[in-house]
Order: sequence, then C-alpha cells, then structure tokens
Amino acid sequence: MSATLLETRDVAKYFGNVVALKDISVAVGAGEVTCVLGDNGAGKSTFIKILSGVHRHDEGELLVEGEATHFSNPRDAKERGIATVFQDLATVPLMSIWRNFFLGSEPTKGAGPLRRIDVKGAQATMREELRKMGIDVRDADQPVGTLSGGERQAVAIARAVYFGAKVLILDEPTSALGVKQSGVVLRYIAQARDRGLGVIFITHNPHHAYPVGDRFVILNRGRLAGTWTKDEIGRDELVRQMSGGAELDALEHELRRA
Amino acid sequence: MSAVGAPPKPVPVADERLANISLTARLLRRPEIGALLAAIVVAIFFWTQSSLFLQLDGIANWTDVASTIGIPAVMVALLMIGGEFDLSAGVMTGTAGLTLGVLATEVGLNIWLAIVLTLIGATAIGFANGYMVMKTKLPSFIVTLATFFILQGVNLGVTKLITDQVTVSGIDLAAGYSSANAIFGDSFTSHGFRITVLWWIAITLVATWVLTRTRTGNWIYGVGGDANAARNVGVPVARVKIGLFMATSFVCALTGIMVALRLASTQAGQGVGEEFQYIIAAVVGGCVLTGGFGSAVGAALGATIIGMAFIGIQFSGWNTDWRFLFLGVILLVAVLVNNYIRKRAEGARR
Ligand SMILES: Nc1ncnc2c1ncn2[C@@H]1O[C@H](COP(=O)(O)OP(=O)(O)OP(=O)(O)O)[C@@H](O)[C@H]1O
Ligand SMILES: [Mg+2]
Repeated sequence: MSATLLETRDVAKYFGNVVALKDISVAVGAGEVTCVLGDNGAGKSTFIKILSGVHRHDEGELLVEGEATHFSNPRDAKERGIATVFQDLATVPLMSIWRNFFLGSEPTKGAGPLRRIDVKGAQATMREELRKMGIDVRDADQPVGTLSGGERQAVAIARAVYFGAKVLILDEPTSALGVKQSGVVLRYIAQARDRGLGVIFITHNPHHAYPVGDRFVILNRGRLAGTWTKDEIGRDELVRQMSGGAELDALEHELRRA
Repeated sequence: MSAVGAPPKPVPVADERLANISLTARLLRRPEIGALLAAIVVAIFFWTQSSLFLQLDGIANWTDVASTIGIPAVMVALLMIGGEFDLSAGVMTGTAGLTLGVLATEVGLNIWLAIVLTLIGATAIGFANGYMVMKTKLPSFIVTLATFFILQGVNLGVTKLITDQVTVSGIDLAAGYSSANAIFGDSFTSHGFRITVLWWIAITLVATWVLTRTRTGNWIYGVGGDANAARNVGVPVARVKIGLFMATSFVCALTGIMVALRLASTQAGQGVGEEFQYIIAAVVGGCVLTGGFGSAVGAALGATIIGMAFIGIQFSGWNTDWRFLFLGVILLVAVLVNNYIRKRAEGARR
C-alpha cells in the first residue's frame, strides 16, 4: 500500500504481574485507517498509551517511519508527528474555539513586550481548517463547551492535522456519541486519511470501524486475536470475530440501531 | 483504497446563523458585564444618599479605597482564572510593609533598596506557595492557608521582637523616602486623588493585555479550565501556575509598600482578612471559583463596588459595620449569577 508510518512488533506491556498486552504487531501507513477493536479491558487504551508516549513498552519494538524508538513522554511522540485525541482530555470547555485550537502553539506577531497573539490570523486559520472538515464556524469566540460532542472531536482532529501530525490516534471518539454524530466523526476520520495521515481508530463498535477502516486489528484479553485487511474480511465476519459468537445476539441488537 | 467511495465533500454554506448572535448574547459572554451594571446601580444609590458621593472629592475617597483593594484583586483574579487561590494575599501586604519598615528604619537602608529587597522576598514566598501546590498536588486553598498563618505569626512575632511594639514607624525618616512616596504613596491633585489609583488602572490594563492578547494569557485560561487538556497540548502547566503565585505575591507586596509609604508606618496586623476582599472583588467581577473564566477588568470593577460601598456607607452616616453585610450579599448574588453563566457556557459537556 503505502509507506509505513508507525508500527509495533511483538510489543508487550506488564503492570506488575498483570499481562496487559503481549505480542502485539500492528502497522499503519500514510493515507490508511487502522482500526483497533476489542472488548472492555482488552488492552486498547494501554496500546495507544504506548503509541502516544504515556507508557513505555516492556518488550518488542516500536518503529516510527522504520526507526526503532522509545518515547519518554507524550511531548516526544508529538514531536515525531504522532497526535493523540483523548476523548475527554482534548479541549478546554470554557475557552473559545480559536483559543482551544491554538492552545500551546499560539501564533504571535510583534516583538519584545508587544509580542502578542495574532488573534485575527488565528481566527481565520481556525475557520479555514474547520471548513476543510466541512464545519462552518458560526462564532470563533463561542466556548467549546457549547459545541456538540462530534464538533469538539472535529476541533481536536483539525488541530492535530493543522499542526503537522502524520499519525492521528483517536481513542473511542464515537463511544459517547449518537448515531448521526458518530457518522460525522467517521467523515472527519476519512478527511484526515484523504489528506495523507495515518489514522489509528480505537473503537469497540465494528459498525463504526468497518466503513472507514483499511485494516482491522482485534485485541482479546491483551493478545492479538486477528489482523485483516479490508479485502480479507467482510462486515459480518468482523462482527462475528469481535463478538466471539456468544454475545452475538446482544451485539446484533446494538448494530441494528447503529 | 477505501470502501467509503467519494471523499466526503466539505460543504461550506454561507452561514445565516452568524447574524443571529445577538448583541445581548455577546455581552452576556463577557465576565465583567454583571459587575459593570452593579457598579452603576451602587453608584446611583449612594449618590441619592449623599450628593458628595459623585463629586470629585468624594470620588477621590472611594477610588482610593478601591485602588488598594483593586491592585491585588486584579492579580488574585488572574490566579483564580488559572485555577488557584492565594489566602496569604492579604497578610502579604502586611509582611511587605513590615519588611520595608524594618529594612528602612532598623537596618537603615535606602528606601529604594528596601523596596527592591521586599519585592524579591515576597516573590520568593510566592514561588514557595506555587511550588508546594504543584509538588504536593494539594488544593492551593489549604497550602496558602498555612502560609497565611505562618506570615501572620511572623509579622506579629518579629515586629514585637525588633520594636517591642506592634508597629513599625518612622519610615519617612529613611533616605529616599520623598521620591518613593511621590511615586507610590502620595496624592496628585487638589481633590486628593491618590497615585495608587493610577497604579491600579495601569495594572488592570497590563493584566488585561496579558490575559487576552498574549500566549501566557491563553495558557492561564487553559490551565484553569482543564489542566490535563492543557498539558496534553504542551502547555507548561506548573510553570504557568507557579508564575501566577509569584506575580500575586509580588503585586500584593507592592500594595503593602504603597500603603506603608503613605502612612509612613505599618501595623503588625496589617492586611489580615483583606484576602477575602480580593477574592470577593474577583468573583463579583465574574471570575469562576473553579477557574478558567473571568477578567481583570471585572476584578477592578468588583474592587470599585467594594470601595464605593465602604465610603458610601460612611458618607450616608450609617454604622460602618454594615459594610460586611453588604459584602456578603453582593458575594452571594455574584456567585449565583456566575454559576448560572458557567453552566450555560459549559453547556453540552454535562
Ligand atoms: N496502570 C495499570 N495498572 C494495572 N493494570 C492496568 C493498568 N492499566 C490498565 N491495566 C489493565 O490492563 C488491562 C487492559 O486495560 P485497557 O484500559 O487497555 O483496556 P481497554 O481495551 O482500553 O478497555 P475499555 O474498552 O474498557 O476502555 C485491564 O485488565 C486493566 O485492568
Ligand atoms: Mg480504553
């Protein structure tokens, strides 16, 4: 397909004697979406925390553009172009959209004591970037807390894309959203992919994963239960693999609504 | 490459909703709007009680009180927006006045040198406050409560030890006093307007500039609104918060110096209890107690209301004890209003 941006080889993570992850090999390339699926406690969050520099892996290799790496903190990962959007910790609700968009990387003009944020420029850039995601911002000064859940995800995604992320990691961006809103976020994921980013999309909902994913990885109790590309697996088979048969009825019920 | 088919098209439509953001909605988003309205109402009320209230001599009176509350209150507001409290802010004005006095009279330093040393010392205490809060992750409320009592004890103990009294006086005898007093203490017009009023306006303007136009200001809103989210996008949270504590102590010390120069003396109990006036001014001015929302101009307006109330009650010939009742009532009203606004601003999140 395309150049591999981020890859793990036989990565393992232990918490004391708890084996949280073992032998995990996953890759994502530019312009691809890799979906990581699994039940609660399967190790999805632990996995992305390794990718985003929150945890260090205990075994195996983490490769960024082919080069073995250990991240010592989230800043490290960010500097290598890996941006993570945590569901609840991405934006500051009381701050305006444009202030949130540029928080931590504000564009300035002027020098010395007159160095100041280029407010007009920041607002224009924010509007432009969100327009590329199909959102027309009504009011740049609107607090982010008054946006819908999906729009807030969009702000976080647009920000990551604008600040040069090569890999975008999304932890359950659709889990708290309604059906329509989930669809909106899936569109943003496709947008980011079309702009050449590698996307790692964590979800426990195969119906959200299937339409947008190029590769599917299922984790089960800390192990790799399977890896498929899109042409190797159909939607129903993905659902079956994920549910492991027993909970199929309940899952089918969920899917019918989704 | 993907089965989604055609990439989703961005659909920028000319946004008709843009026109619907009414002026009132925009105004209600300003933290200080309530304080502005309240200030006007309070001014008119006391004017009906005593016409002196809005004459220049009267205004000089209440702006004086408002300025010595307002200078620290503006900085306390920035700290509160950054998500922290400083209960040692009031007693710090006393500590600074006493330090200045002891350095100028007992040690015999030039007043300017004494001012510089006092400010350095205060900033160091502010650093200690901030460092302990960040290191222990305890609420700043409790950490600075400890600092409050420590400083109160030191103020009384050391003053008695050195002077055998509870006052340090004779500051006006130190070298350089008249130039320092001209800049920090004196009045500057025939109506008796205090120079502290100019400092108050200047500090409010600078704080507003920093808060709304600089990166530091954006970080202050960020660390107060959600420290984790701010950290995730690379804001140096500890540096911002410790810096705020240092600036708060610095500005409070500056206020203490201004008062000490004007009176040429300082009482050991100076400033105790004033921290609550600063906090009330900030909250009345629209700062949210949990951080992330508020303004410097609002805190200055809050201090204006307190200054007007203190002097207005006096001009009206009432017992001055009523001012505490007044403070309590405006605080309660302000908190209720802020709470309502914040719920609306956070809206969808809950
Ligand atoms: N810091 C930790 N210390 C000890 N055990 C941990 C720690 N973090 C995670 N675990 C364990 O690792 C396993 C995987 O957890 P993880 O949070 O990665 O699951 P998940 O797939 O993200 O689940 P969910 O869908 O509920 O978010 C769990 O059994 C969890 O208890
Ligand atoms: Mg998880």
